[in-house]
Amino acid sequence: MKIVVVGATSAIAEHCCRLWAADGPVEFVLVARDMAKLERIAADLRVRGAGATVSTVKGEFHDPAGIKALVDQAAVSGPIDMALIAQGWLADQTSSQTDLAFLNESLQINTVSPALFAEAFAQHFATVGRGTIGIIGSVAGDRGRKANYSYGASKGFLARYAEGMDHRFAGTGVKIVLIKPGPTDSPMTADLKAKGKRVASAEDVARTIVAGMKAGKPMVYAPPIWRIIMLIVRHIPRFVFNKLSI
Amino acid sequence: MRPVSSWGRLSADPHEVIELTDRDRVAAEIGRHHPGIAHGLGKSYGDASLNPHGVLWHTTGLDRFMSFDAATGRLVCEPGVVLRDIQRALIPRGWGLPVVPGTQLVTVGGAIANDVHGKNHHLVGTFGDHVRRLKLVRTDGETIDCGPDLRRDWFAATVAGLGLTGLIVEAELQLRPSNGPWVDGEIVPFSGLDDFFRLSDESEASWEHTVSWIDCTSGRNVRGLFMRARPTEAKGQAWRERRKRMPLTPPLSLVNKLSLRPFNMLYYELNRRRTGVRTVHAEPFLFPLDSLQEWNRMYGPRGFFQYQSVVPREAALGATRDMLDAIAASGEGSFLAVLKTFGDCKPAGLLSFPRPGVTLALDFRNVPAIPALFGRLDAIVRAAGGRLYPAKDARMPREMFEATYPNLPAFQAFRDPGISSALSRRLMGS
Repeated sequence: MKIVVVGATSAIAEHCCRLWAADGPVEFVLVARDMAKLERIAADLRVRGAGATVSTVKGEFHDPAGIKALVDQAAVSGPIDMALIAQGWLADQTSSQTDLAFLNESLQINTVSPALFAEAFAQHFATVGRGTIGIIGSVAGDRGRKANYSYGASKGFLARYAEGMDHRFAGTGVKIVLIKPGPTDSPMTADLKAKGKRVASAEDVARTIVAGMKAGKPMVYAPPIWRIIMLIVRHIPRFVFNKLSI
Repeated sequence: MRPVSSWGRLSADPHEVIELTDRDRVAAEIGRHHPGIAHGLGKSYGDASLNPHGVLWHTTGLDRFMSFDAATGRLVCEPGVVLRDIQRALIPRGWGLPVVPGTQLVTVGGAIANDVHGKNHHLVGTFGDHVRRLKLVRTDGETIDCGPDLRRDWFAATVAGLGLTGLIVEAELQLRPSNGPWVDGEIVPFSGLDDFFRLSDESEASWEHTVSWIDCTSGRNVRGLFMRARPTEAKGQAWRERRKRMPLTPPLSLVNKLSLRPFNMLYYELNRRRTGVRTVHAEPFLFPLDSLQEWNRMYGPRGFFQYQSVVPREAALGATRDMLDAIAASGEGSFLAVLKTFGDCKPAGLLSFPRPGVTLALDFRNVPAIPALFGRLDAIVRAAGGRLYPAKDARMPREMFEATYPNLPAFQAFRDPGISSALSRRLMGS
């Protein structure tokens, strides 16, 4: 099995890789910006997975031609089975409102870059007729909230993008899986934890994601309880919602 | 600041938690944020990994394997790697940890810092006996490599050093060949301490793992179940982990004077009929509590203590009898009381707990009667020449620690002045 992971240094992506490595022989292609960190993860996976081969690529996250070349290169040795698109950055909402350059940077990494990668993988999978693309969205994308709408809107965009791709590939061997994690234990949520908020463990979230991608489900909430929570949040009428501070 | 508890849940004081995820940045992080203490999975029962209103260096993000040599069984890893993950990744490849404590859900760093022991102590010694090399980072930025044949003084201070000599960022462990996850296990009921000692003596040569559950309500004529297991190449029934979680903290301890006697009786009666040797998976047989996450909530909002002592073999019969009498008379106790003999090997660390003799471990809910009971138990342990396990301790008097750990003065020279825990302040003054 060949798996390409973009944004492989994210805590959720790393735990997904550990589960895949434990499950059987895997050929990983890991893409990230921080190569020192990525090499540590690669070494870890080589020990955890008995038959795992791991190659690391310094990622090009914003250049369309570079992204296309990266995906093509990953497919040279044989077709890709799964791709996980996991780059993301929980950009601070207040800074997004006051600093347009900051907002632009957040939109590039959370919106534009994942869409470019998704389309690049889709081209490859359309050619070979099968494959699974997992895209990390977020429960924050389910409804705009004052606390995090710049990040949430990016994740909402990915949800719509995945929905369209799912429609496009319906009835084929290509599966599009949109993943919506709730707050998860990672360096990204250190501030939340400092405020005493409960977060799910990255291992539990990854377990749900890996199972969902294996089954080819179109949408995965991780942990699953968020499906119910967000169902309620989405249906709170505006006149009530706008009085709430959630 | 956020509330952090240890396994005993006796406190939930606010801590400034520093998440360590990058081993190259550890020196910078602990250099900037100290005094502090390392905190892994929080399985020590007392205050060894707490620093109320101060800094905690959270190490569970430093959980990467670094290299493994399948020819020699040498594993190099970061300190936050969980023992269960080592077992699950490497037993299928023919190698396993020689020493695992009563739970696999502890980190490598914690296992070294407390020099933990397992049910096979009589054969293989403690965790520290299988550590080949350590890399230690101090709060002043210094890095110290040490091992049994390299800067041995630093190694002896760091093994069982309660995290006080520096932060371990890398450990090299010698694994041993493993035939797989199966063991031949047997449960033998016994009655009375003489019977226990006889079973211990006859089992130790041919059974790798030995431990006894005892009914702590039965007093000096203690009844119990002697459990022994040895690795086997045979394959037993497939086992799949069913992870459950204690869903909430009950308003009162579920372990109390009403439940104690019926539970212990039921446990004894149910298990005493399961005689004969059976091939079973090692995980549920050796670590039955690992499948119930957060079982420590069972003791309610006030938390609980564990009291683990060791007394020399020559005094063991009398001392154990006296302790069991005192416990039965108090009416307190737990569902899980454990008795085990330690082997004769000399421990690797200056402050290692195990010594030749007999160890008794019991949980006690946190109620007003406990200090008086523990005072009586302390007196018995002291008189027998024994001592208590710091990893489990939240309350031993400083003077008892000083008297029963004779290497303490030698240890003090290796402490990192930028590291301090609630335990170090309680037992060492700083």
